[in-house]
Amino acid sequence: MKLFGFMRDNIKNEIMEEILKIENVSKSYISGERELLVLDDITFNVNAGDIISIVGPSGSGKTTLLGLCAGLDKSTGGVITLCDKDLAKLNENERAELRNKKVGFIFQNFQLIPTLTALENVMIPLELQGVDGAEEDAKKLLDRVGLLDRASHYPSQLSGGEQQRVSIARAFINSPDILFADEPTGNLDDTTGQKIEQLLFDLNQESNTTLVLVTHDLELANRTHRIVRLKGGRVISDKVNNQKVNA
Amino acid sequence: MRKLSFILKMAFRDCRKNRGRLFLFMSSIVLGITALVAINSFNYNLVKDIDKQSKSLLGADLQVNANKAITEDLKVILDSLPGERAEEQELFSMAYIPKSDGSQFVRIKAINGDFPFYGNLNTEPPIAKNAYQPNKSALVDDGLMLEHGLAVGDSIHLGLAKFVIEGRLKSAFGSIGLGSGFAPVIYIGLDQLEKTSLVKPGSMMEYSYFFKLPADFDTDEWEDQKDRKQKFRSESYRLTTINDQKRSLDRAFSGLNSFLNLIALVSLILGCIGVASSVFIYIKSKISSIAVLRCLGTKASDAFWIYFIQISVLGFLSVLTGVILGSLTQIVLPIILKDVLPYAVELSISPRAILEGLIIGSVITALFSIIPLLTIRKISPLQTLRVSFEESSGRDFLRWLVYVLVISSLYGFLWFLTEDAQSAFSFLVGLLISFVVLSLIATSIMWFVRRFTPKKLNFVFRQGLANLYRPNNQTKTLIISIGLGTCILTILFIVQGLLLNNVASMDAGNQPNMILYGIETDQRDSLADITRRFDMPVKQQVPIVTMRLAGWKGKSKTEWMADTTRTANRWAINREARVSYRDTLEDDEKMLSGDLIPFNPGRDSIFISLEEGFADALDVEIGDELIWNVQGAMITSYVGSLREIEFRSMRTRFFILFPEGVLEEAPQFHVLVTKSPNNSVMAEYRKEVVKRFPNISVVDLASILTTLNDILSKISYVIKFMAGFSILTGLIVLLSSLLLSKYQRIQESVLLRTLGASHKQIFTINATEYLMIGVLSALTGIVLAIFGSYMIATYQLDLQFSLNWTPIVLIFILIVSLTVGIGLLNSRDVINKSPLEVLRKEVS
Repeated sequence: MKLFGFMRDNIKNEIMEEILKIENVSKSYISGERELLVLDDITFNVNAGDIISIVGPSGSGKTTLLGLCAGLDKSTGGVITLCDKDLAKLNENERAELRNKKVGFIFQNFQLIPTLTALENVMIPLELQGVDGAEEDAKKLLDRVGLLDRASHYPSQLSGGEQQRVSIARAFINSPDILFADEPTGNLDDTTGQKIEQLLFDLNQESNTTLVLVTHDLELANRTHRIVRLKGGRVISDKVNNQKVNA
Repeated sequence: MRKLSFILKMAFRDCRKNRGRLFLFMSSIVLGITALVAINSFNYNLVKDIDKQSKSLLGADLQVNANKAITEDLKVILDSLPGERAEEQELFSMAYIPKSDGSQFVRIKAINGDFPFYGNLNTEPPIAKNAYQPNKSALVDDGLMLEHGLAVGDSIHLGLAKFVIEGRLKSAFGSIGLGSGFAPVIYIGLDQLEKTSLVKPGSMMEYSYFFKLPADFDTDEWEDQKDRKQKFRSESYRLTTINDQKRSLDRAFSGLNSFLNLIALVSLILGCIGVASSVFIYIKSKISSIAVLRCLGTKASDAFWIYFIQISVLGFLSVLTGVILGSLTQIVLPIILKDVLPYAVELSISPRAILEGLIIGSVITALFSIIPLLTIRKISPLQTLRVSFEESSGRDFLRWLVYVLVISSLYGFLWFLTEDAQSAFSFLVGLLISFVVLSLIATSIMWFVRRFTPKKLNFVFRQGLANLYRPNNQTKTLIISIGLGTCILTILFIVQGLLLNNVASMDAGNQPNMILYGIETDQRDSLADITRRFDMPVKQQVPIVTMRLAGWKGKSKTEWMADTTRTANRWAINREARVSYRDTLEDDEKMLSGDLIPFNPGRDSIFISLEEGFADALDVEIGDELIWNVQGAMITSYVGSLREIEFRSMRTRFFILFPEGVLEEAPQFHVLVTKSPNNSVMAEYRKEVVKRFPNISVVDLASILTTLNDILSKISYVIKFMAGFSILTGLIVLLSSLLLSKYQRIQESVLLRTLGASHKQIFTINATEYLMIGVLSALTGIVLAIFGSYMIATYQLDLQFSLNWTPIVLIFILIVSLTVGIGLLNSRDVINKSPLEVLRKEVS
């Protein structure tokens, strides 16, 4: 019997393979009669096991970039390769399968399904895969995030911090190769936010998952290995974080 | 398999917390299907019982009847029939009751033979039905006997003859609902009829000949052999077999049937709108959940199936509930309708109606919910990151395919329910036109408000008006659903009003309420004197001469009947014409062409005036020659003019009018039309006339109208009962449409509250928006309904169209008040609670 679903692939290949490759990616929207360029010629890579943050002021294109990287949207130009798959060559159903098996998400506004209990919310990704023992794994994860006693509660019966902990448990249940987090503490107070950060980094370390974090919180960004800065839809710097604060 | 299990699990889990929202969806289906099954079950039970009871209603295997006695050559044909026979002569007349010194308008059935052969003449004592003919006595309607305090052994006068009452008739045999209510029945032996002296030339008699044939005798085959049916028809005799009786019963109820079907259709269509709009609301509230599911890897098609299965299962349960409720109403309907039906309709569950309800309900639910459910496929996972993200809408062939399926299946069901492809098509086109008009109105009003709202207008009104066109506005959805609902309900009210008014108008105002006929020439003046003595006006006193057409346009009737190119209708040729003579037009007549040409004894031509429809039926024009057989004497006439007659007035009307000076010496009787001020004067007058002139028949139109009104009020009760389902469904549609707006507007109302807007300001903003939507949709719906009901009344029901504005104004006020009321009720949370509390609640 496995200890945790997310520990299945704990011993990962130490070779620095690229899990996410972004080459000359651009994204524009048509607004009225004019074209709005949101991302312009973005290029960078993310290696397996990396913990990187994408930072920048509001409107710099952070969330758009996250959506593109995770296969939630299509780029207008360039190539995005996620887990060796060129996202542009996948149709929506294939992208959905990729997200289900290889990707985890954490959102600023938690995005739990209000009609499902905490336990059911966590189980969804494994149930989608048709994996046996989804409930056991979900309970272990809820226990790990300290919410086993709230397993049968609905999101409306949980506080913001608790909802985000359920959301983190859900993100890790399918042992993702890569985890995308969009302002994970943005909706929480400082104390709760710090606890959530710690939980996120702890779980990430335990599962050795790649973490891509979008934030404008520089303190949080400082805890990552690498910081990519965006401004006006362009990468203005991409540096290894030498002052990384240990998680 | 695993995927299916996930989809099923998700479908179940997801609906647990949405019962309130799904209740609206379920109730619109439940009500729609309840109405459909209730109406169809009742119709099928009615038809089934018609089959069962038509034999006992006819009372024989074959009936031959006409308003004249059988001719010798036809008698020879009838004499060749095997089995038993009976004869009946029927007429309406006044009966004088010595015991109460009262009089009563009655239907006299003079019988010879053991009729009815099938079914039972229910008398008390039971032996009376066999004794009245040999004893030369009478069987009298139970109601009449109770009214006049009569007992078996008392006497009753019919014309000049006096009859002892042999027994009371507990139920009138063979009476078909509406007609039987007019006059109570009295049975006497046929050999006694002559003694009454009621049968005079021109008396309105009905002669019937009944035959009980051997079991193996094929009446249909007998009718067809040697053109027998044709021979009887060409002499204006009707042959009725049991199969004909079934058909005629079917026809008798087709009017009620059509209207009930219309209500069933209305309920079904309202149910469809209810399904579409409530599922639309439901899916709107599910967008974020679906986006999360998509983000976590659920395929678009799987997300669609989760909700499709959820909706379909709940839909099927609702259909099932509707079917059960609809079947249960069968307990109530026969009780309500028992007085207007010729027999007790047996209460039974109709498997056909149930099956139809299940099929129609399931297909309609599935198709109409698919329209909003299809949007699920387009919900992007990106909505988890950006709520405002909207997928670019390309061409969606599947959506168009569903539209085609919805329209064609709706057409199929309409066709099935109306049993008429043309009506179904008109109904469908009407619906589509209404949809397009409402959609255009919504678009125009958004454009108009955006462009012309004055910038200086108070902020709250500006905000309320701006809600009509801002993103996430509900204008189009609400105007279409409320407008369509209003339109269909208003049509129902207008058509119902027209049906009831059509007959009720006959009783209006100054119409005469008494017709006396069978008056002999020497009784004419005395009767007019009696009438005036009672302070009653002689509204019309006309002579009537009976005659038959002997030839026209240069050929004899026999020559014409043999002519295959003949264009004249048989009924116009063969009828016994009741003709009057005068040189002036009545108030209810209008000259269309030609003139009334007085007879000049110095000239040889007689110019007559024909009613336009009758002239058409005979295919004659002004100047054409017509030859009449006036009780043996041949009179040649020419068409001098064509008239139009207002047929809704209560007077005697004449298709054929001779000039004065031609028919004065012919055998004739007279008709007098009058109006009594009240029932007591009418009773006294009637008594006096019957005593002085027993041969004169007094037709009491007032009592006929009272009976008719009584029957109509029962029918209207049924109509209202059935329409109640539609109205309830309509309100559900309105409710679900308005609840949709709750989810659209709640967030911004909370924001405004957060920013410091007062209760009053939020209230005014919402009230302005809902008032505009309510007024516009109700107004458009009503205008469409007026047009629609005009089309239905004119082309479908053949009714004269008129509008009663009171219910329409009431509907308008009701719809606007409900829209504003429910709309404001939606925002009460925002007004009364703290913004945070509202937000938390809405998230759940």
